[in-house]
Amino acid sequence: MVDKETATERLNRAFAALSDPTRRDLVARLAGGDATVGELAEHYDMSLQAVSKHVKVLGEAGLVTRTKDAQRRPVHLDAEVFDLMTAWIERYRREAEERYRRLDALLAEQAADETRARTDTRDAS
Amino acid sequence: MTTTTHDVEITADERVPTIEIVREFDAAPQQVFRAHVDPDLYARWVGPHSLTTRITKWDARTGGEWAFANDRDGEEIASFFGSFHEVRPNERIVWTFTYEGMPDEVFLETLTFEPLDGGRTRLRVFSVTDSFESRDGMLASGMDQGVREGYEKLDALLEAHVS
Repeated sequence: MVDKETATERLNRAFAALSDPTRRDLVARLAGGDATVGELAEHYDMSLQAVSKHVKVLGEAGLVTRTKDAQRRPVHLDAEVFDLMTAWIERYRREAEERYRRLDALLAEQAADETRARTDTRDAS
Repeated sequence: MTTTTHDVEITADERVPTIEIVREFDAAPQQVFRAHVDPDLYARWVGPHSLTTRITKWDARTGGEWAFANDRDGEEIASFFGSFHEVRPNERIVWTFTYEGMPDEVFLETLTFEPLDGGRTRLRVFSVTDSFESRDGMLASGMDQGVREGYEKLDALLEAHVS
């Protein structure tokens, strides 16, 4: 049985990790390909340690991984978590769409009723 | 006939815990608004097909309250309540929304009914809550197979990272 709260918490961590502009920028860079912390740090006016810390937060949120066997230990963007979040939002969107299609049908029905009511009134007069 | 844009647009902000839904309708704001404040009409479209929506409180005016339950085969499976913070006919509704299963969570929702050419309406539903956890829980609501599978997939994925 999956612990729903824990899973929500984890997803929340992924969203929270992306609330920081530097981390969003790091993710955007990594989307172009793997890079070492050193290579990433070249783009920022901050210490290697600071960049490393951001990478760590992204790692804890399950957004990036670091290859263990390679000496360079490049940072790799794990796109699957993004796909999952996209899937959740898409599913919520589809539910909303289904709900509003029911409203479409109701509105169309009412419009038809009104037309009929007007016709009936005319016929009666 | 005017061009119809039916698909829901949805935005879940990554910086603030909000959800915005935008949808257009082939009906005037008066009609779309009425379908949100008339309890008989609202009950007919708001819940999924497989469930019955049973309105238990409904006072659609500024300062009023609302509550409804969802039944499956005559048995209650979920209930919701809130207040009508503001009801401005044909233009705007501001209400609060709480799922009784998560009594400490509350969403503040602002609905605007914008008139479009050709007697059409653009509905905007902007929801805000106090934490990402609540917001993401709302996104994952429904608790159907898809969500469970989603969590299982997420768990597996996160476990893979830990090991």
